[in-house]
Amino acid sequence: MTIMQHIWIVLGVLFVLLNVAAGLIWVERRLLALWQDRLGPNRAGPLGILIVLADTLKLFFKEDWIPPFADKWVFITAPAIVVGSVLMSFVIIPFAPSVVVADLNVGLLFFLAMSSLGVYSIVLGGWASNNKYALLGALRGASQMIAYEVFMGLSLMGVVMLTGSFNMGAIVAAQKDRWFIVTQPLGFIIFFIAGIAETHRLPFDIPEAESELIAGYHAEYSGMKFGMFFIGEYLGITLISAMTVTLFFGGWLGPAFLPPLVWFIVKTVAFIGLFILLRASLPRPRYDQLMEYGWKVLLPLVLANLLITGAIALWIRK
Amino acid sequence: MQDASNILEHLQRNFGETAIRQQRTVDDLLTLWVPAEVCLQVIRQLKSEIRQPYSLLYDLCAIDERDRTHKNDMPAVDFTVVYHLFSFGRNAFIRLKVPLLGEFPSLPSLTAVFKNANWYEREVYDMFGIRFEGHPHLQRILMPLTWRGHPLRKEHPARATEMGPFELWDEKQDREQEALRFKPEEWGLQREGEDSDFMFLNIGPQHPGTHGVLRIILQLDGEDIVDAVPEIGFHHRGAEKMGERQSWHTYIPYTDRVDYLGGVMNNLAYLLAVEKLAGIDVPDRVKVIRVMLCELFRIASHLVWLGTFAQDLGQLSPVFYMFTDREKIFDIIESICGGRMHPNWFRIGGVAQDLPRGWDGLVRSFVDYFPEKLREYKNMVLRNSLFKARTKGIGIYTLEEAIEWGVTGPGLRACGLEWDFRKRRPYSGYERFDFDIPIAQHGDCFDRAVVRVEEMWQSLRIVEQCLNNMPEGNYKADHPLTTPPIKKYTMQDIETLITHFLSVSWGPVIPAGEAMSCIEATKGANSYYLVSDGNTAAYRVRIRTPSFPHMQMVPYISRGYTVADLLSILGSVDFVLADIDR
Repeated sequence: MTIMQHIWIVLGVLFVLLNVAAGLIWVERRLLALWQDRLGPNRAGPLGILIVLADTLKLFFKEDWIPPFADKWVFITAPAIVVGSVLMSFVIIPFAPSVVVADLNVGLLFFLAMSSLGVYSIVLGGWASNNKYALLGALRGASQMIAYEVFMGLSLMGVVMLTGSFNMGAIVAAQKDRWFIVTQPLGFIIFFIAGIAETHRLPFDIPEAESELIAGYHAEYSGMKFGMFFIGEYLGITLISAMTVTLFFGGWLGPAFLPPLVWFIVKTVAFIGLFILLRASLPRPRYDQLMEYGWKVLLPLVLANLLITGAIALWIRK
Repeated sequence: MQDASNILEHLQRNFGETAIRQQRTVDDLLTLWVPAEVCLQVIRQLKSEIRQPYSLLYDLCAIDERDRTHKNDMPAVDFTVVYHLFSFGRNAFIRLKVPLLGEFPSLPSLTAVFKNANWYEREVYDMFGIRFEGHPHLQRILMPLTWRGHPLRKEHPARATEMGPFELWDEKQDREQEALRFKPEEWGLQREGEDSDFMFLNIGPQHPGTHGVLRIILQLDGEDIVDAVPEIGFHHRGAEKMGERQSWHTYIPYTDRVDYLGGVMNNLAYLLAVEKLAGIDVPDRVKVIRVMLCELFRIASHLVWLGTFAQDLGQLSPVFYMFTDREKIFDIIESICGGRMHPNWFRIGGVAQDLPRGWDGLVRSFVDYFPEKLREYKNMVLRNSLFKARTKGIGIYTLEEAIEWGVTGPGLRACGLEWDFRKRRPYSGYERFDFDIPIAQHGDCFDRAVVRVEEMWQSLRIVEQCLNNMPEGNYKADHPLTTPPIKKYTMQDIETLITHFLSVSWGPVIPAGEAMSCIEATKGANSYYLVSDGNTAAYRVRIRTPSFPHMQMVPYISRGYTVADLLSILGSVDFVLADIDR
C-alpha cells in the first residue's frame, strides 16, 4: 500500500466513525422511543435525523464554561483523553480484508492498553471538577473499570489460544470455518458484559448514575467538552460492538452475496442495537453489587473458561 | 363507648376527677382536656400501661384559641395543643387537648415517649411559637429560619397584600443564603470519625431522585450513610392558613393540591369532616361515585410511584408505559370531572355533577384493559432480578418501629399488619365492597413495592364493583348546607330566597364544633381535623398527611446503607413533597 492509501484509510475511518458516533444520538433516541411507546425526535428533517445536526450545533454554541473552582488544565484534558483513546483503539480493527489502519501483530494487546487509558478521563474529569458528585462518580468509575479490565483481558485469551496470535487479521481468518462464538460462548458473554462496564452504559452506568449522582464525573461539564464525553461514549459502544464482531462473530466474514465491509457493518449495527435495548430494559445494580458480581462470579468463570479452552486446545493439537 | 368511658374512669382515678375533663365532639372521638403538668404521664400511661394501648401518635397539632367565640365546655385557654393517639387493638382514636395560657406558652416535649413527636413539635413551634421543654432540636421546620412571626397565630397576616411589599436587597439575600448553609454541629453531627473525615453530600433541593423540592444532607463515610438530615418546607404553601380564610366551599380546590397525586381523594378527606360537622348524610350514589373516583386515583398514584421507583433504580422504560396508562385513567377522570390532576369535583354533600352519559363504557374498557398491563408490569419490574437485588433487604423496619414512627398505609402493611382504614374504620360506604388487604412480611423496599402493586389489583376490583352496582339516585344530599344550596323553593317565599342568596355568596355557615375524618389515602392515613366557630370559614384546619411522618423516618432507616440505597428507600417510601409541606 502506498502512503496515500494509508492516509485515505485513516481519514476515511475517522470520518465514518465520527459520523457514526454523532448519528447514534438519533439512532439511540429513536430506538428508545420505539421501545417506550413514544415518538422521539421526529421533527427536524426526514424521520428527525437532522436532530444530530441541531444537537451538535447546540453543543458548539453553548457557553464553554470552566467552573472557577476546577483544576483548569486537567479539566480540559479529561474529555480529550476519552475520545483519543477510543479512536486509537479503532486502529487495529480490520473492517474488511485490506481496510485496517495498522495491522499490528499485538493488535489485541494494543486494544486492551488503549481501553485501559480511558479510565483516566473519568478519574481526571471527576477529580478536576472539584465537585462531590463528580468525585463519587470518578471513584466508582475507576474501581469499576479497573476491575472489569481484568475480566475483559482474560475473556479474550481463549480466542488468542485458539488462534495462536494477537493479530486481529489472523483472528478473523481463524474463524473461516467456525465463528468463535461457537467455541467460546462464555468468553463472548463475559467480554460483552465487561464491554458494557467499560463503556459505562446502563445497566452499568454507575459512575454517572443519573438518579443518584445526577451526571457523576461529568456533572460540571458543558458545551463541547460535555459533547466529547458524549461522543466518547458512543464511540465506545461502536468499538465494543466492532470488537465483539471481530473476535466472536467472524468479523467481515460472511456469505459472498454481500461485500465483506457490509457484513461487518451489519453485524456491528446489530450489537449497537443490543446495547440500546439493554439500556431500555434493565435497572442499574448497586456499585458494590457490581464489584461483587465481577470478582466473585465473572473471575472464576473466566478462569475456568481459560483452563478448559487450554486443555481442549492442547488435547486437539496432540 | 363502653371502652371510652373505661379509659376516662381509669385516667380520672389516677390523675383526679377535676384534672381530666371530657369534651363532646360531633365526630364521637373520646376528647379529653388534660393539664400540661400531667399530659406526659397521661400519654405514657395510654401508650404503655393499659391493656390494648394507644401505641400510635397519629397527629400532634395546636390551635390558637384567642379569637374563638364558642368556648362552651372548654377550660380557660389561649392555645391548645392537641394530641391524637390511635390504638390498633381498640380500633379507636383518643384526642387529648392540653390548654395553655399566655402569649408564648411552653409544655414538656413528648419526644422521649414517641419518636415521631420530634417533627410535629417542631412544626407546632414553627407555626405557633409554643415551646416544648426538652426537645432535642427545637428549630423551625417548614418556614425559613429567618422568618419573623409564627404563621398560624391569629395575628399573623394570611395574605401577601396584608404585608409590606417584598424586597430582597443584597444584605438580605446574603443573610438568607447564609441561613441555608448547613452546619453539621447544629445537628450534633461530627465532621470526622475515628479514622476518617466524613463527607457531607447535599442532595437536593434540585435532584432527580428526590421527586420534588426536598433537601437531604448526607453524612457519608465513603459511600456509606452515617446519618441523614432531611430539610423540608420548600413546598410549604400555608394550606392550613388558607383554610382559615377560604369559605368551607372554596377551600375544596386547595385540598386537591395537598397530595397532588391523590386528586379527589383529598376532597374526600376534607369533606367527610365537613359533613360530620354539618350533619349531612350523603346518598348512596354519591358514596359510590366518590369511591370509584378515589380508587381510580389510587391506581393512578401507584402507577406514577411504580414508574418513578423503577426509574430511580435506573430502569428507564417502565415509567413511560405507566404514564401512558395513567393517561387512560385521566381520560376517564377528565370526561367525568372536566379536570385531570386536580379535578376539584366533590362538593359538600355530594359531587359537582351527575356522571355523564357513557361513563360506564369508559370505565368498563379500562377495567378490561388494565389487568393484562398490570401483569406485564409485575413481570417487568417486580420479577426483575436486578430490581430485587436493589430492593430486598434494603430500608428495613419492623412493625414496632413503624408504629413508633407513625407509619401508615402500604408501609405499615409491608410489615405484616393487616390494617387498612377502608376496612377497619369504613367511610363513604367502603364496608359494602369486597376487597382484600394485601400485606407482606419483611418491611423492606421490595415488600412495600409488592404491597402497592397488589393494591392496584384490589382497587381495580373495587372500581369494577362500583361499575356493576352503581345505585340510582341523587348526586347531592337534600340538606340546606350543601353547595350549591337547594334552590327549589326560592321563588316562593322571601326567607328562602335570602338564605339561598347568602349561602351562595358567603357560602354555608357550618355549625360550631370539631370533627376529624380519617381516610386511607394513596400514601397512608390522611385526616382533616376541622374546628368550626360557627362561621363561613373554618376556625382551624389541620391536615394530617401520611408523607410527613414517613419522611421523618427516612434518616432512621437509611443509616448504614449506601447513597444508591437511599434512592431505593426514598422511592419505596412514596412521598409527595406537597403532602409533606402542605
